[in-house]
Amino acid sequence: MDGISELRARYLDQVAGAADADALEAVRLAALGKKGEISLKMRELGRMTPEERQTAGPALNGLKAEIDSALRARRAALEDAALDARLQAEWLDVTLPGRPRPRGSIHPVSQVMDELTAIFGDMGFSVAEGPQIESDWYNFDALNIAPEHPARQEHDTFFMHRAAGDNRPPHVLRTHTSPVQIRAMQDQGAPLRVIAPGRVYRMDMDQTHAPMFHQVEGLAIDRAITMAQLKWTLEEFCRAFFEVDEVELRFRASHFPFTEPSAEVDIRCSWADGQLRIGEGDSWMEILGSGMVHPHVLRAGGIDPEQWQGFAFGMGIDRIAMLKYGIPDLRAFFDSDLRWLRHYGFAALDLPDLPGGLSR
Amino acid sequence: MKFTLSWLKDHLETEASLEAILEALTDLGLEVEEVSDPAATLGAFRIARVIEAAPHPDADRLRLCRVEVRDGPDAPPEEVQVVCGAPNARTGMLGVFAPVGTHVPGTGVDLKPGVIRGQESNGMLCSERELMLSDDHEGIIDLPQDAPLGVRYIDYAGLNDPMIYIKITPNRPDALGVRGVARDLAARGLGRLKPLDIAPVPGSFDSPIGVSIDPALKDKGCPLFAGRVIRGVKNGPSPDWLQKRLRAIGLRPISALVDITNFFTFDLNRPLHVFDADKVQGGLRIHPAQGGEELLALDEKTYALAPGQMVISDDTGPESIAGIMGGEHSGCTEDTVNVFLESAFWDPITIAATGRALKINSDARYRFERGVDPEFTLPGLELATRMVLDICGGEASGVVMDGAVPDHARSYRFDPADVGRIVGMDIPEAEQRATLDALGFRLEGDQAHPPSWRPDILGSADLVEEIARIASLSRLQGAPLPRVAPGVPRPILTPLQKREGAARRQLAALGYNECVTYSFIDQASAALFGGGDDSVMLQNPISSEMSHMRPDLLPGLLQAAARNQARGAKDLALFEVGPAFSGGEPGEQAIHATGLLVGAAAGRDPHGSLRRADLYDAKADAEAVLAAIGAPEKLQITRDVPGWFHPGRSGRIGLGPKLGLAVFGELHPKVLRAMDVKGPAVAFSVWLENPPQPRKRSLARPALQASDLQPVERDFAFVLDAQVEAAAVVNAAAGADKALIDGVRVFDEFTGEAASAQMGEGRKSLAITVRLQPRQRTLTEAEIEAVSDKIVAKVQKATGGVLRG
Repeated sequence: MDGISELRARYLDQVAGAADADALEAVRLAALGKKGEISLKMRELGRMTPEERQTAGPALNGLKAEIDSALRARRAALEDAALDARLQAEWLDVTLPGRPRPRGSIHPVSQVMDELTAIFGDMGFSVAEGPQIESDWYNFDALNIAPEHPARQEHDTFFMHRAAGDNRPPHVLRTHTSPVQIRAMQDQGAPLRVIAPGRVYRMDMDQTHAPMFHQVEGLAIDRAITMAQLKWTLEEFCRAFFEVDEVELRFRASHFPFTEPSAEVDIRCSWADGQLRIGEGDSWMEILGSGMVHPHVLRAGGIDPEQWQGFAFGMGIDRIAMLKYGIPDLRAFFDSDLRWLRHYGFAALDLPDLPGGLSR
Repeated sequence: MKFTLSWLKDHLETEASLEAILEALTDLGLEVEEVSDPAATLGAFRIARVIEAAPHPDADRLRLCRVEVRDGPDAPPEEVQVVCGAPNARTGMLGVFAPVGTHVPGTGVDLKPGVIRGQESNGMLCSERELMLSDDHEGIIDLPQDAPLGVRYIDYAGLNDPMIYIKITPNRPDALGVRGVARDLAARGLGRLKPLDIAPVPGSFDSPIGVSIDPALKDKGCPLFAGRVIRGVKNGPSPDWLQKRLRAIGLRPISALVDITNFFTFDLNRPLHVFDADKVQGGLRIHPAQGGEELLALDEKTYALAPGQMVISDDTGPESIAGIMGGEHSGCTEDTVNVFLESAFWDPITIAATGRALKINSDARYRFERGVDPEFTLPGLELATRMVLDICGGEASGVVMDGAVPDHARSYRFDPADVGRIVGMDIPEAEQRATLDALGFRLEGDQAHPPSWRPDILGSADLVEEIARIASLSRLQGAPLPRVAPGVPRPILTPLQKREGAARRQLAALGYNECVTYSFIDQASAALFGGGDDSVMLQNPISSEMSHMRPDLLPGLLQAAARNQARGAKDLALFEVGPAFSGGEPGEQAIHATGLLVGAAAGRDPHGSLRRADLYDAKADAEAVLAAIGAPEKLQITRDVPGWFHPGRSGRIGLGPKLGLAVFGELHPKVLRAMDVKGPAVAFSVWLENPPQPRKRSLARPALQASDLQPVERDFAFVLDAQVEAAAVVNAAAGADKALIDGVRVFDEFTGEAASAQMGEGRKSLAITVRLQPRQRTLTEAEIEAVSDKIVAKVQKATGGVLRG
């Protein structure tokens, strides 16, 4: 059966030499097609003697399988080569920019309000709110600021217009978040723990003042709350908010009509190369006002000062945002300059929480 | 409140350093705002002698001085050469010398060794202006020959007296006098309060000027008015010590009589007034103004008095605005020889009201409206009489007065346990009592009687404050505030607060930049957005740009957009979450989440051409916010939108016809033009309070309904009138077989001129995909055909649309 060897050699050669799919198909038809050379040879098996068939049959079958396998391998190789060539041709410039995805931002005031909520929420303070156009009773009288008291004049109050014939005292744009204290006491009674962040308004506009800014009020009322607990609460807040290991606060006597005793609170800090560091150094910086809620204020909120006592504090949200994040100018907060919003803003997913730390 | 260290020491016997005093003041609540210490600024300037002043060889106007300087009165003399341009520099004169290295406050320059026209100059002979003592720059300081060489000039001239400026909170009128400040420091333990010697001055004749208080004012407005005539005084410049004190606290010395009244204002918080007695006709009457009276006051302005404002009049008319400012006519001059000295107690509230109405800010008003010591009215008069006699000579009459010291007696329970209970500080009872005593309280059993100069003490809580303040709050140690309940804290935000947060974070995630704009805007802008009437107007706006509360967040965002466009920004996505005001009463405010898109939604880039933001961007973002805040899924779109939107390109998202949840669309071109925004621009507002809260919150989700059978999709294209809304087609199709149809989606709209050309004028084509979800078994072709026919029929019935051939 020399013919077999010759056939094998010839067709394997042709398979290997097929340059493309068409050439390979031609080889397949020539060898294994209906009228292919090997197919014809296999048809001849019927005419052989059983002895001849014994040897020729397996040999031809083996040849057919071998050629078939070579054809498949060659086809796969040709397809791979074609794919490689196509992929080579499909080159794109990967340095072109990706399709733009919008990048929004959260305003620092909102971010800091969320930080306040995270910290005080953990200490059991809920978030209270109140109207920004307030009656003068809530903004002043209920907070122990009598109509003719000079403290009332020092507030630089915006008054709402009163129509002729309407003889009620004009409403005011709330000058502080403290009226929310009264509303929270009236609504919820004692015991009570709330913070009240929000917009406040003063008739003041210069390099460091804007006629609108943000404050947060804190109020805790219970049977035996002390000023010492106020100090601890503020220490814990400052440590968490400024994200430092230690803070030191200094209470300084002061006067607010709605608290007694009252204290301005300073925080230990250092200024070096225009960089503020909280918790170290030899400087003190005033950051908030606080005190024990005045009995008149408790009474105005419908709470019996013989039974309950508590502390209150208030601080500027914009201010602590400026201190923490190194933002230089208050008025820029309200200018909506896109460059500023992007530079000082926060990502949508930067929702502050305590386990992850307030900031990224 | 300003005073000097030596002035303080008139009242306080103390060895404490300036540093210690400053620290204590701030800690006591008398916050130090500013200190100017001449020793720090002028300590290097010493008295020196000009050995010889010779002409400068190369400059006519300059002199070459050899100066003998000493670094202290006992230090060895040194000779220094100085080139000096002063015309009065001469041999043998004594002057004030600043060595090289000194900072000269008047010029702001640090002295360096120099060469002037070829001659060395090592230091400076100074004028008063260079020391910032006066404007005198005619020549250098020329001292008498007995001035001690080498002594610091500030010591020699009596200028070494630090000025202290403290901020006084409105509750502490007593600290508006130096003595009150001294009392606080003494209570703190920084020294001893010196006794005040009040020896009455006997009158040698009866006052020719009588006083009477109108009965209408006796009860409240002016409980006590006293005075006396001092005749034969000589008014002129006040003595040096008095002038120095007043200058140190920024007051201009005027004349002895005026300076004395100013001195008592600051020294003892006792404002006084002196009339020129010769210009007073008849007696003085304190009464409410009838209204319309005019008075030329000492500030050279004429004030018209309103009815009820308190005035002091003589027989000819008003002479003084009571407790606020005297009149020019009866004021003292250099020629005054007979005076009437007034000391009165005025009601703080009445003074405050008058002062505010007349817009007069005087030292007298400032003190009377905060409350001076009523008991000190007469002692103050005696002390001032004594000083007038000492300085100006003359002879005093007896005191004339009407009224009496008002009753201020009151007492409050003093419980030594209160400080511990409220403040959390442990202060022994003896220390507490000593503090109250030092502040002038009278303790009787468990009652504390406040001193007459502390009108602010109005309850037991004030006693606690005084004790803690004097002990120093810096001693307070923090004590933990226990948790409300043990364990994991409960959630604290209200549903609305959560909505605000969700809306804000969603919008930032969609690519919007959050703004915080002012709550007040100009009237014209407010009016464009349905507001701007008088109910939301401010009575006293800071500017006309901020005169009305905003009715909507869009005007503020549009102004922000205009500013950003002016800075070159083209594509803007701005949002704000905040209050809008529908009226001027408390509570007439609502929280909006408003977004504004200006410019391109997709910018020009290699992947596609620029696409302007359109109403469908605004709609999608509004819907994203609604989804984020948990609004219901099935909402209706209508066309009833406010006038600041494009009438054909805007919509309202509502839950039924009554409850609007949001508006979206293109902004009206007129509004954009008025707001100076280069458009077009699209926007939306979501009213965060409006979506109803889910009735009951179930955490468990309903079971998932997912069929294993393949859904089938069929597309339909309908030819319709151009203004038939897609929603009508979608709803009709969806209603064809509610069990089987799982969803209907518009995938193409063919409209405009080309569509009209193909399908007839005013026609369009709308293509939808209907998704059929079999539940039990695979659908047959026949079943699909049947549903398709129903869909076509339904749509045709509802909209008149026919299947496109």
